[in-house]
Amino acid sequence: MTNRMRALLALEDGTTFPGLSCGAEGETAGEVVFNTSLAGYQEVFTDPSYAGQIVTMTSPHIGVYGVNGADMESRASFVRGVVVREMCHAPSSWRSEGSVPDFLTSQGVVAIEGVDTRRLTRHLRERGVMRAVISTSDLDAASLVAKAQASAGLVGRDLVREVAVPAAFEWGSEDPTGCLPIDTGVLPVQPRYRVVAFDSGIKFNILRRLSEADCGVAVVPPTTSATEVLEMDCDGVFLANGPGDPAAVGYLSETVRELLGVRPVFGICLGHQILGLALGASTFKLKYGHRGGNQPVMNLLTGQVEITSQNHGFCVDLSSIGPLDQGRSAGLDHDVSDLGAWVRAGVAPVVTSERFGPVQVTHVNLNDMTVEGLRALDHRAFSIQYHPEAAPGPHDARYLFGAFTALMDGRDDYLSASDPRFVTGALRGKGTQ
Amino acid sequence: MPRRDDIHTILVIGSGPIVIGQACEFDYSGAQACKVLREDGYRVVLVNSNPATIMTDPEFADRTYVEPVTPQFVEKVIAVERPDALLPTLGGQTGLNCAVALAESGVLERYGVELIGAKLGVIKKGEDRKLFAEAMQAIGLDVPRGAYAYSVIDAERAAGDIGFPLVIRPSFTLGGAGGGIVYNIDELREQVSHGLALSPISEVLVEQSVLGWKEFEMEVMRDRNDNAVIVCSIENVDPMGVHTGDSVTVAPAQTLTDRELQTMRDASLAILREIGVETGGSNVQFAVNPEDGEMLVIEMNPRVSRSSALASKATGFPIAKIAAKLAVGYTLDEIPNDITRVTPSCFEPSIDYTVVKVPRWAFEKFKGTDTTLTTHMKSVGEAMAIGRTFEEALGKAMRSLETGRAGLGSDGHDSFDEDKFDTYLSRPNEHRLFYIAEAFRRGRALEDVASLSRIDPWFLGRISAMVAVEAEVAAAGADGLDAELLRRAKQHGLSDTQIAYLAGCDEASVRMRRLDLGVRPTFKTVDTCAGEFAAATPYFYKTYEDEDEVTPAARPRVMILGAGPNRIGQGIEFDYCCVHASYALHDAGFETVMVNCNPETVSTDYDTSDRLYFEPLTFEDVMDVVEAERPVGVLVTFGGQTPLKLARALEAAGVPILGTSPEAIDLAEDRERFAEVLDRLGIVYPAAGCARSAEEAVEIAGRIGYPLLVRPSYVLGGRGMVIAYSDEYLLRHVAEAVVVSPDHPVLLDRFLEGAIEVDVDAICDRREVYIGGVMEHIEEAGIHSGDSACCIPPFTLSETVIGRICEHTRRIALEIDTHGLINIQFAVKDAEVYVLEVNPRASRTVPFVSKATGVPLAKVAARVMAGEMLADLALPAELRETGRFCVKEAVMPFGRFPGADSVLGPEMKSTGEVMGSATDFPAAYAKSQLAIDYSLPHAGAVFISVCDRDKRAAVGIARHLHALGFAVLSTCGTAKALRSSGTPVTEVLKVHEGRPNIVDALTNGEVQIVINTPFGRETRSDGYHIRAAAIRHGVTNITTMEAAQAAAQAIEAIKEERLEVSALQDVEQWAAPVVRDLAAGYAPPEALQ
Repeated sequence: MTNRMRALLALEDGTTFPGLSCGAEGETAGEVVFNTSLAGYQEVFTDPSYAGQIVTMTSPHIGVYGVNGADMESRASFVRGVVVREMCHAPSSWRSEGSVPDFLTSQGVVAIEGVDTRRLTRHLRERGVMRAVISTSDLDAASLVAKAQASAGLVGRDLVREVAVPAAFEWGSEDPTGCLPIDTGVLPVQPRYRVVAFDSGIKFNILRRLSEADCGVAVVPPTTSATEVLEMDCDGVFLANGPGDPAAVGYLSETVRELLGVRPVFGICLGHQILGLALGASTFKLKYGHRGGNQPVMNLLTGQVEITSQNHGFCVDLSSIGPLDQGRSAGLDHDVSDLGAWVRAGVAPVVTSERFGPVQVTHVNLNDMTVEGLRALDHRAFSIQYHPEAAPGPHDARYLFGAFTALMDGRDDYLSASDPRFVTGALRGKGTQ
Repeated sequence: MPRRDDIHTILVIGSGPIVIGQACEFDYSGAQACKVLREDGYRVVLVNSNPATIMTDPEFADRTYVEPVTPQFVEKVIAVERPDALLPTLGGQTGLNCAVALAESGVLERYGVELIGAKLGVIKKGEDRKLFAEAMQAIGLDVPRGAYAYSVIDAERAAGDIGFPLVIRPSFTLGGAGGGIVYNIDELREQVSHGLALSPISEVLVEQSVLGWKEFEMEVMRDRNDNAVIVCSIENVDPMGVHTGDSVTVAPAQTLTDRELQTMRDASLAILREIGVETGGSNVQFAVNPEDGEMLVIEMNPRVSRSSALASKATGFPIAKIAAKLAVGYTLDEIPNDITRVTPSCFEPSIDYTVVKVPRWAFEKFKGTDTTLTTHMKSVGEAMAIGRTFEEALGKAMRSLETGRAGLGSDGHDSFDEDKFDTYLSRPNEHRLFYIAEAFRRGRALEDVASLSRIDPWFLGRISAMVAVEAEVAAAGADGLDAELLRRAKQHGLSDTQIAYLAGCDEASVRMRRLDLGVRPTFKTVDTCAGEFAAATPYFYKTYEDEDEVTPAARPRVMILGAGPNRIGQGIEFDYCCVHASYALHDAGFETVMVNCNPETVSTDYDTSDRLYFEPLTFEDVMDVVEAERPVGVLVTFGGQTPLKLARALEAAGVPILGTSPEAIDLAEDRERFAEVLDRLGIVYPAAGCARSAEEAVEIAGRIGYPLLVRPSYVLGGRGMVIAYSDEYLLRHVAEAVVVSPDHPVLLDRFLEGAIEVDVDAICDRREVYIGGVMEHIEEAGIHSGDSACCIPPFTLSETVIGRICEHTRRIALEIDTHGLINIQFAVKDAEVYVLEVNPRASRTVPFVSKATGVPLAKVAARVMAGEMLADLALPAELRETGRFCVKEAVMPFGRFPGADSVLGPEMKSTGEVMGSATDFPAAYAKSQLAIDYSLPHAGAVFISVCDRDKRAAVGIARHLHALGFAVLSTCGTAKALRSSGTPVTEVLKVHEGRPNIVDALTNGEVQIVINTPFGRETRSDGYHIRAAAIRHGVTNITTMEAAQAAAQAIEAIKEERLEVSALQDVEQWAAPVVRDLAAGYAPPEALQ
């Protein structure tokens, strides 16, 4: 134990955390964030949205059940670095195919264990997320802090191009990077819907859920033009999750503007921010983001609360879309920035976008009353800030994939249809189904 | 959705006495619920027979009925109070069963009472395995294969279909009572007939065994808007086959991938919806095949449970409180999270630490019973520990257990049965973790231990890592302990005591070296959210990390040391005292700091004290909290033996101890020194001696004469105590049961046969003494006071005797300079008052006395200890006449321990107590009996077989019962005595006299009451078989003449239907608050500032 390789984590504000290496050797820089999920570390490490970030797991025991092929959320691990309290080197699970330290090493991810992750989390909560460096080679605090200060931040950076596929592919077939997902979920034999999904860092579980909802999915690079999409003869367009600052992916929101009203659109996470930008909103950076599997979100159309899986650092600023449409907002005149008032009133407020007309807030985070879901009432488009595909996290929001198909069917009540949210199909005996 | 305005009065049913499987957790849940419902403006009516509960303090409900939790009594309460709704989910299985009975018999309908929290159909679907299995099938979930049996033949048929091993589960029994695993046809027959007898509907489930599968629990909550959350997942370290109450458990679940965990979450929510739990908390249990992840649903409880109390303490999410709010119409998103205050309760706690719960057993009290852990719960308590890692939490939990161990072995107390070493690894038993650790010390392979124990290799790997650090510490030796190794040792859960033992030095020098090297503990907050939001609640646990989260206090702090895990002799009564001390000192202007490790209790509710430290009660752990908090004083005399034994060491370390000095406490415990005090005061006590060898014991016996009370010094709950009638028995006991040595002397007291025992609780402020209550025991002296029934006021003692008892109490209390509570036990024989024992600390009877008299003794004592004078507290007159008799009766757990003898003696065996109160003694006694047995037979046959000295007394009782319509059965000797007095009696054969004999009659249900007194203590005698059969068949079993007499009077009271219910708020002693509320103007005395 004592002769293991040492590692050091340094933050740009000068705080340092010594520990031991539990991944690849070397040095890595990124924005350090924390995730409060109790399980599902492998899904986190392989979620492309973490590109550019060093993720701290608040759960102290990481690696207990190892890693396995089926739980990969993308073709590789895009996280810049991993910080944990206690890494398990000898996993135990019938599903395990290897240990996390071996996996991180093979993926070239630098990781540190033995850190007071709660102190780090509280620090980030109070000071906000910040740049950091983990090194196994440079253990000099001052030097590493300087490197953190010199590293690139996330704001304004387009990380999407780093994680996206270079060419289009059909979910279920080999992707252009030469990787065949081990677990594609249930593929529809004769899909009822054709969906084009922009890959800004899409998680495999989104594709599995779309398949399960009877969609055949073509995954295309984020730079694909609207014309190219329309040539693909699809029923709907999907905007994926992804890393970094949505404002840096302007080309994608431009494309979406051209598709709005032409095809039904559904966006998740970065895709939600992209839709927001397309509708004329601006985005802002949250102090320390939402990352975990326990965030309460209210669907204002049904009044029900979903426990959701989240991973985002940016947020759509509702008031920037346009003024309140009091007539469509039950006649109330609460401030549109005060979503708590709307939650208490049980009303989904509508604002007016100059170019796209009425936009409704459909979902709100009950912890901090930020926007978690939007829909363009006249343009058959909706988006969700959190992760209805979960992986990791609760399945409460799975109904949103059904909502997308209902939207493609032309139904107006697609987000509030009577309790489609509990999918008993998820309940078959074996754990991995 | 806001609160319901259509209901105004809510009836809450408590869980009654503490029994195995149902302990303080229901006081914690119930107290929370009552509090929150009252805050919300509802009128709360409470029924609970347990006087030692916080919830039955009159301020927790508008109407408090300390009455039996039975349908008959609850109906009487309903008739008086006319509640709109009944909340049945907070009183454990007892409360739930009572509510079901009231619903099914039409009482609720007749009085227009609505069941809230869980409807009748929901309870039935959740509890009835048949309906449950069907429901699971409907939603595509699998349950173990099984069949219902109503006879042994049914069960044999089912066994043929399913195959061995099989689990036998009787329907509707508490804590799985009567259940077990059977491996062959003989065991099946035995277990099934036992189970059928215990099941109220004579039904058992014969089920496929999933022995060795991993076991998980999910704590789920749902509101009426269909929002549902998982509060906590719990993983059992012990695989399937061991009752979850007897399993070491961990929160959160550790070894499941997110996919598996979410599948389980989906299933849990689907189950709640299918069963129809509209509001409140439920517990769902799963088994998972470690080979392929196959998941089976084991059971669900549509109510607050032991696990939900654990989950609440483990996460900071107050399940019972929220369940109560959901029951009256709130939704989860409308209830703020207590801890963050800014986020809603509609979320799932994330935790950044590891919680381990370890059960506490008391097999040493029940010799002769099988100690294998099965699906039938046997533990009497539990300790919970929080650490950042599993290793740290496990180490802390092991030293929290009050078993004399300083951790998971390597503490100088290891001893192993070499011949059966592997059996101890494979057979679930209370020592298994010690054997596992030892196996690793001996170099056994992890795979080897895994295949024997079937415990998940990850847990075993953690234990192996702990053992590896032990080896490093041992290798380093005292001088080689550096900061890095010490820190790592602490992070692996090793105590200073273990480090000292391993490194070959003493605990004090380990501590000194550790602090010199800067290896100091840090305290972190339990905040429900893994640090994502700021926490407003100071609920801490200790760990070894970089950052400490303790904030400075605004007011002077007083620390209260709790009572540790429940065990026999140390239970809820002491927790009650600690909680009261905390309330009183908070009101007096202090910031109160509670330290305790028992997750069931009210004291470990973060709402109880200003600060809560969930920590073991060892010198090391307590000192660490002292150093973090710097209290002006520490209270060690409220939590029973656990904190008391730390008093000396804490004082020596410079910690200010409030109240009676440790020196005075020691003086009272030291028999020889205390005898000198009594001699000086001219107060008599039974002749006594102290033997440091077997020879000396015999010599003393010769001097004092038999019978003799024999006991080891410094014991709690009378462990190892017996009454000896002969040299032979004395020698055998001294040789076998108590290892007598110069360090561990044995005390010998003249036993006053036939004396009346009296308990007194009093408070002394060093100037004057306030007598809280004088309790007359119903059983004669010689029965442990914790096991005997007693009554306030005394019902046979003369004014003169009571006056002398009070006078003795005052003189003794002042003489030893008592500052706070004192309990004295007296024996009265031939009008002479003897002192048996003096304990200058809170006693087990304080809650009962407080409830009976209306004087909150623990609160008064706490304030006296903090410097106030009795004269200033405006207490009511001592021993005021109230016209009511309050009887406390003990609850025995013998039904759980087949094979152990049920005779009462000087060793305490009861788990809990009830109170019955009425305007005359027989009615009060009747209520106390009904509160335990849930019924007293009022017709049928009584079997009387007593020893010679009791024969005369038996005559009167037999006549009385005969007059009440009972047929009388006796064995020859007793029959002769009865017949000569003219009582008609039928003679039956003793066990050794042939067949059919008395055991046959018991088995055939021909006897409703057994009165059987033993002489001496010969185990496996005729009496033993009779008592064992009575317990096995649930027949009322009385072992003393005094109790038999009281029972006969009680039966008469029941037959005359004289038992009425009354609320505490209506009785005179509770009419006005007793202790003046000085909170506003009170400033702590200078010495404490």
